[in-house]
Amino acid sequence: MSDVAAGVIEIITKKKRVEKSPVELSDRLEALGMESLDAVEMIFDLEEKFDIEIPYNANTNSPRTEFETVGDVVSAIEKLVAKKKS
Amino acid sequence: MTGVTRVVVTGLGAVTPLGHTAATYWANLKQGVSGLGPITLTVTPEELSQKVAAEVKDFDPLKHFEERELSTLDRVSQLAVVAAREAIAHAAITFDMPLSLRTATIIGTGVGGQTTLDESFRRVYRENRARVFPLTIPKLMANAPASQISMFCGLRGPAFAVASACASATHAIGIAFQMVRSGQVDCAVTGGTEACITFGTLRGWEAMRVMAPDACRPFSIDRKGLILGEGAAMLVLEPLERARARGAQIFGEIVGFGMSADAADLTAPDLGGMTRAMEGALSDGKLNAQDIQYVNAHGTGTAVNDATETQALHQVFGAYALKLAVSSTKSMVGHALGAAGALEMVAMLLTVRESVVPPTIGYLGPDPACDLDYVPNEARAMSIDAAISNSFAFGGLNAVLAVKKFS
Repeated sequence: MSDVAAGVIEIITKKKRVEKSPVELSDRLEALGMESLDAVEMIFDLEEKFDIEIPYNANTNSPRTEFETVGDVVSAIEKLVAKKKS
Repeated sequence: MTGVTRVVVTGLGAVTPLGHTAATYWANLKQGVSGLGPITLTVTPEELSQKVAAEVKDFDPLKHFEERELSTLDRVSQLAVVAAREAIAHAAITFDMPLSLRTATIIGTGVGGQTTLDESFRRVYRENRARVFPLTIPKLMANAPASQISMFCGLRGPAFAVASACASATHAIGIAFQMVRSGQVDCAVTGGTEACITFGTLRGWEAMRVMAPDACRPFSIDRKGLILGEGAAMLVLEPLERARARGAQIFGEIVGFGMSADAADLTAPDLGGMTRAMEGALSDGKLNAQDIQYVNAHGTGTAVNDATETQALHQVFGAYALKLAVSSTKSMVGHALGAAGALEMVAMLLTVRESVVPPTIGYLGPDPACDLDYVPNEARAMSIDAAISNSFAFGGLNAVLAVKKFS
């Protein structure tokens, strides 16, 4: 598993609201019970951990529609990390 | 009817992103003018992602205060005192003895002296300075505006701050209304003030991910969130008999006040809490739903507030909700947090008095989740007998005031 995937899973494991161990890339965020404030906190943790900026407005973005699964979050973060390095 | 004290408003004052007096504020609201603009009040605004706010523009404290007075006054208190002086002058009232002892000063603020806090922390943490200014603490305390108004205006009765975030001013005015109605005091100076356009506060709001990048579009399709504002608005409240006896001009009558707590989510709005606060104001004012023609909405421009407030209006007003005129003046002055309810109370009183509903500007088209009449983009002439103003705060604390036309 990549560093990004491990980091994302660690953060989502802290924020999830249902029993699920371990959290896997195929898990759906909705099934993990992530609520709107959880998403905002998760994005902060991701930005801090990977030193990136994630454009996100709670009024127009929804983690449940844009990122269906944990794996979707991982690919989005990987793109932002790669963009930062280039 | 004996034994029931009617409470009337005899003075208004406002320092806002649309002008430094209640009259200019109201004239601009009626014209649908936007008070939004680039952020200028903070240090290093270029470091912020947020570029737009609704600032009180061109406010020169030296026009209102001696230089040595300013060392005791955060911007939040400056705005408050200027608005209170205007309201008192407008009411043509003098606080001699014994009225001074019988006058309350009840002032809402969400976050208090943020400019002082921000400057002090910047000195300590960013500039590594050893000391901060001597009056840092009494400038930033949340009761500073209430204390400064009591001192500058000579008001010696009950005085304190009310804090309930975005509902602070509405709670403050409601408590002052109850104190006058109960006979505990003979007069009240009340309202709200906020000066929160600081670097640290904006960083905090950025982190919540609820601000719109450009414009506040309450109830509209494609709304993108709230815009932070600032300002102060103050009212003078008196029993009707006293106002009549001294021949005061009367701007409207406050008849009802409702409050509730959601006891649910910290930030998500709650249909039950909103509904109970509105119903409380109506029943306190002995009003039926169909007595109301206008609602000054909380209308922040966030996706969830506006949809939930719309549902709550449907719940309280039933089929009649479709006949209400509902507008959000936050579309023009942004969200002034602890001052918002007072800015909106002034707007509502003048709406009722002058039979003109200020519009919800920036409205692009209907959102299926917001299906009421939001008076989009242009003011509307209409006769109004009674109206309510909604304030729903983070923390799930709700307050609603009801007013009637005075005739």
